[in-house]
Amino acid sequence: MTTTAPSSTSTATRLRTARHGNRSLASVVFLVALWFALAFSVLCLTVLLVDAFLDGMTRLDANLFTRYTSRIQPEAAGARAAILGSAMVIALTALLAIPLGVAAGVYLEEFADPRRWYNKLIEVNLTNLAAVPAIVYGMLTAGLALAIDLPRRVVLSGAIALALLILPVIIIATREAMRAVPREIRDGSLALGATPLQTVWRQTLPSAIPGIATGAILALSRALGEAAPLLLLGGLVFVTYDPNGLMSGFTTLPIQIFNWAQQPQEEFRQAASAAIIVMLVLLLAMNAVAILIRNRYQKRW
Amino acid sequence: MKRRLLTPAVAPSAALLLTLTLAACGGQASGNSGSGGESASGEVVADGSSTVEPLTAAAGELFQMDNPDVNVSVGTSGTGGGFEKFCAGDTDISNASRPIKTDEDAEGPACKKNGIDYTELQVANDALTVVVSAENDFITCLTTDELNKLWAPESEGKITTWDQINPDFPSEEIELFGPGTDSGTFDYFTDEINGEEGASRSDYNASEDDNVLVQGVSGSPNALGYFGYTYYEENADALKAVEIDSGEGCVAPSAESAQDGSYVPLSRPLFVYVSNQAYADKPQVQAFVDYYVENDTEIAEQAQFIPLSDEQRTALTDAAAKLGG
Repeated sequence: MTTTAPSSTSTATRLRTARHGNRSLASVVFLVALWFALAFSVLCLTVLLVDAFLDGMTRLDANLFTRYTSRIQPEAAGARAAILGSAMVIALTALLAIPLGVAAGVYLEEFADPRRWYNKLIEVNLTNLAAVPAIVYGMLTAGLALAIDLPRRVVLSGAIALALLILPVIIIATREAMRAVPREIRDGSLALGATPLQTVWRQTLPSAIPGIATGAILALSRALGEAAPLLLLGGLVFVTYDPNGLMSGFTTLPIQIFNWAQQPQEEFRQAASAAIIVMLVLLLAMNAVAILIRNRYQKRW
Repeated sequence: MKRRLLTPAVAPSAALLLTLTLAACGGQASGNSGSGGESASGEVVADGSSTVEPLTAAAGELFQMDNPDVNVSVGTSGTGGGFEKFCAGDTDISNASRPIKTDEDAEGPACKKNGIDYTELQVANDALTVVVSAENDFITCLTTDELNKLWAPESEGKITTWDQINPDFPSEEIELFGPGTDSGTFDYFTDEINGEEGASRSDYNASEDDNVLVQGVSGSPNALGYFGYTYYEENADALKAVEIDSGEGCVAPSAESAQDGSYVPLSRPLFVYVSNQAYADKPQVQAFVDYYVENDTEIAEQAQFIPLSDEQRTALTDAAAKLGG
């Protein structure tokens, strides 16, 4: 490393004593590299977004929301079944994953004895599960569905796959949020005669809810963008009816986008871009809500 | 076995034949036929090849215009994945870009073991199209030997410039584009050109998304690729279809050459497999399949597929007539 190239000592001294601290050549190079990395990723993202936006603009109208997909009229294909399917599957996923995940997180953080070997095993597995590729959960659910004789392409199967996918994330978020509640709150509550259950139910858990909600919403927005596990379950690509129950066939936005983008007709690719914009707006909205909850309700101790 | 199973469906099949005859005489295809009557309702589920999906989806869409109470939905698990679900009894109809495998322990016998009897219906033709960029001025026709030399596993790393294929071609570098190994198109092409399913050089640009291949090939005058005919048709201004010479002279891919069988060896039939049981038990499946068979030509045209020739149509009608028993 050419840290010091004292062609001009005065410059070197000036740099070193500058407001931003040590500015050797290496640190300047490093800074430029960081800026380049940042600019490159932001630029790529911008290009993709602008491209999707320009492609999809013409199709971003009411038809996209009210009409079903069409094979014989690519220019009139809509994403109604996909939008409703996504909404339904995500709602059911939340219903399945959040109570289970929060309860598991509370148990592990507040009641489980971390010295017991089975709790350690659960702990290790949880962190690993959070990093397992999504498609594995699709395979898992396919196996489960076969075992309990559940059709694979229905809303319930899809929601189970996505719930399994985000369960570890919710558990970990719950534990983090519970851990952030200071020891003194628990001790105070217990000292005043509350049982451990009352302490968790009335003190710790309410204080942790903003953190849990943030984690859960971020996990759900990940589930919203998943296509792989649902495709593996045999997710349908041509659906012209609204999903109407747990046992109804369905399609979701990512699946619809994936299918449209592969079609030879230009009109389908425009529709795919329009659906991408819809999905991005949905994801941004969900993340915005998560940030809002965190900023407004999170307690600072 | 088949007959015994389907005896109760003789009456509906007679009704179907009658309707077909009436439709043929009247020259007007009515949307509704079979014993499902006007009140067919319920679900029809198809899965399988993503190549055939647009055709079955188009059939479903047209069918639903007359039968709004029937929900036809289509998935794309691939030909093999589709058969797996079909043979487990999950789906009524399986789309396939190749015939079902009938060796021992393969898809066909596995289906039968589960009590699923099926009927194969050829519903359209596909012509795998070898394409070069519209800017390419040296290739108009390739022999199957030349194609084999281009794509054979042995050519990997060795055949890299066009003059190695044909001395008349320039000594420019070859750029190859093709589907990935999961695709039925890949299986079919390698089987026909390289003599073994799945045998291909691997130093080419692979993508499961045919639109990526279209872009790659149209971008360079030295590029060559292959995919389904529809993708060529949609991009005919940027691409040039290569004529294929399998020993009988150069033949360009087209609806006619695929139908009359002169575009060899790269034209292929596209199938749907219908579960005999679903056809017999579910009026909505019966009504849909009958509609599909009856209006096959129109459906193929709407979905931009190569329709059946007259001969193939007759075969389709005959096969469908047997469905009833």
